[in-house]
Amino acid sequence: MQTAISINNISKHYGEIQALKNIGFEVEEGEIFGLIGPDGAGKSSLFRILTTLILADEGEAEVAGLDVKKDYMTIRQRIGYMPGKFSLYQDLTVQENLNFFATIFKTSIQENYHLIKDIYVQLEPFKKRPAGKLSGGMKQKLALCCALIHKPEVLFLDEPTTGVDPVSRKEFWQMLKKLKQEGIAILVSTPYMDEAALCDRIALIQKGEILKIAPPENINQVYKGRLISVKSKKTYELIQALRALPQVASCYAFGEFLNATFKTDVQAIDPILNELKQKHFADLEWHQTQPGIENVFMQLLSQSQADDSSIKAQKR
Amino acid sequence: MSALPYIIRKEFQQIFRNKVMLPLLFVMPVVQLVVLSFAADFEFKNLNVSVVDHDKSTASRLLISQFSSSGYFKTEQFFNSSQQALVEVEKGNTDMILVVPKDFEKDRKTAKPTQVQLLINAVNNQKAGIASNYAQQVLNIYNKRNMPQFASSTNAVMPLQVTFSEGYWYNPTLDYKTFMVPGILAVLVTMLTAFLSSINIIREKELGTIEQLNVTPISKFEFIVGKQVPFFIIGMFILGIGLTLARLIFGIHIIGSPVLLFAYCAIYVVAILGLGMLVSTLTETQQQAMFVTWFFMVVFILLSGLFTPIDSIPLWAKAINVANPMKYFVEVMRMVMLKGSGFSAISTHFGVMALFAVAFNSLAVLSYKKTN
Repeated sequence: MQTAISINNISKHYGEIQALKNIGFEVEEGEIFGLIGPDGAGKSSLFRILTTLILADEGEAEVAGLDVKKDYMTIRQRIGYMPGKFSLYQDLTVQENLNFFATIFKTSIQENYHLIKDIYVQLEPFKKRPAGKLSGGMKQKLALCCALIHKPEVLFLDEPTTGVDPVSRKEFWQMLKKLKQEGIAILVSTPYMDEAALCDRIALIQKGEILKIAPPENINQVYKGRLISVKSKKTYELIQALRALPQVASCYAFGEFLNATFKTDVQAIDPILNELKQKHFADLEWHQTQPGIENVFMQLLSQSQADDSSIKAQKR
Repeated sequence: MSALPYIIRKEFQQIFRNKVMLPLLFVMPVVQLVVLSFAADFEFKNLNVSVVDHDKSTASRLLISQFSSSGYFKTEQFFNSSQQALVEVEKGNTDMILVVPKDFEKDRKTAKPTQVQLLINAVNNQKAGIASNYAQQVLNIYNKRNMPQFASSTNAVMPLQVTFSEGYWYNPTLDYKTFMVPGILAVLVTMLTAFLSSINIIREKELGTIEQLNVTPISKFEFIVGKQVPFFIIGMFILGIGLTLARLIFGIHIIGSPVLLFAYCAIYVVAILGLGMLVSTLTETQQQAMFVTWFFMVVFILLSGLFTPIDSIPLWAKAINVANPMKYFVEVMRMVMLKGSGFSAISTHFGVMALFAVAFNSLAVLSYKKTN
């Protein structure tokens, strides 16, 4: 397998703000690599560096085996990019947009039709409609078509499904799976944890730093402590009671349950909860649960925030 | 093969899809040319004259009828005193008061010097100036025609008289429209190309489409040229429409060479497009670009010599005006259209405009490279 993207120690500042701090990872050919992080984490900056739109302050990056600084013109021939904001011509029709992007890459819709066929079939009934008048899901499909029309080796998708309905999101990800089979490497950012689970590997990114890189099914291994789902009708009192316990590291509401994380050194959890049940919460029920990507992310996030504040405290 | 034709095709697709812009391109030249040319007419007719005739003689009546028959004045209001007439001036009902003194007829017959008083409402100083001019002319004619009677009766030797006969070159009937139309046409071409080009690159920035274009192999050169060519064509097209209208509606023929006119316009449009693009690269939103362009346009138009002669402006303003491309274009339009000037007469204009074109476009490209 070949390396499609390799990033080495990339840093980027905007004035005082450090958008990216020593980022480094590799994406293989035919891999879907997910970037998971909150707004302002630096995902878009990384995309813009890799798609040759801006230059990094430090570090090197290669896309399709080419240096992003020196060979930017060649890279542009060989990548597809879908910016976070819809960036096609709203006043041109579906077909005109597709045609325009095909022609500036010196290709035609026919030539790479097999790549976009599954998506384009859904767009075809609207091909005479101005792109600005499409629904959110259709817009994203058109944008994907335009990014694919020149058969790129690497595809960059910056939050492609934000603001798209669940059905369209599902279809969108099915398409990405197909593209992966064509050998296209895909770097995708998403705020949705369910989508993160569909990636081959994910990187959790926060404040310009990568917290963890792992396949989504392994990411819960880094979770520290044991996660227990707890339920009672008196939710608010329960949250207060759990947070007051010295054995509990954190407690958040999660749907109708509360997710309580018990510290790693706590051996027996049941006695603690039994005591609670007898004292205040007669209807208390609980079970152990597997931490999801969201739980891992929350934990990493609170850790890095705690680190930050302890560093600040030390400085004082 | 270059991507240039596809970019140009896309630009035209967008222009022809724009439901506001496209009609404007055709309607604006027609309306502005027709409306402005008539509105910018400096001829005043039917100026209201209030007459205060203290003499009430044949001579004074003759003088008054001389005013009314000139076609420029309406002498319908009569008053007994200047004070009464001034009330009308205050109300804005009258433009000028003509006061004929007592013994006007008697004094003329006895060859005594006589005076009439003209009080002109100068709220609109341009109108007042013209009214005063007209009145002088009327009085001159009256003096000539009604030489005091004694002169002929006593067979005295007539004093040698110098008579002026005036001929107006390049515009024999002194028609304001002939003078205005070429200038207005120049303004039209400038406004359309400057505004269109100044908001164009900004539009791609605002909508985010530039982000998508920048990751394609389109070079900056192709991008810029692809953006400017359609507006260049539109600018030339507007000149074509304007010249046709000038001929059909105002009967103005191009005395000089149309090829020369179009050639100059071509260089001019390239310069203006460069300026538009410079504005586009220095601003953030379409709104900002519009306001900045508007600022330039107002200064350019007021100093272009379109409405007011620029020979009389102060020296410092003249110094600024050297950098006003519209001034040169208005001059060339008038010279070639009305005077039939050839290339040798406007070669300096060509040189200056070529400099503008190179300067604006280089600045724009430099600034574009910096911001991207």
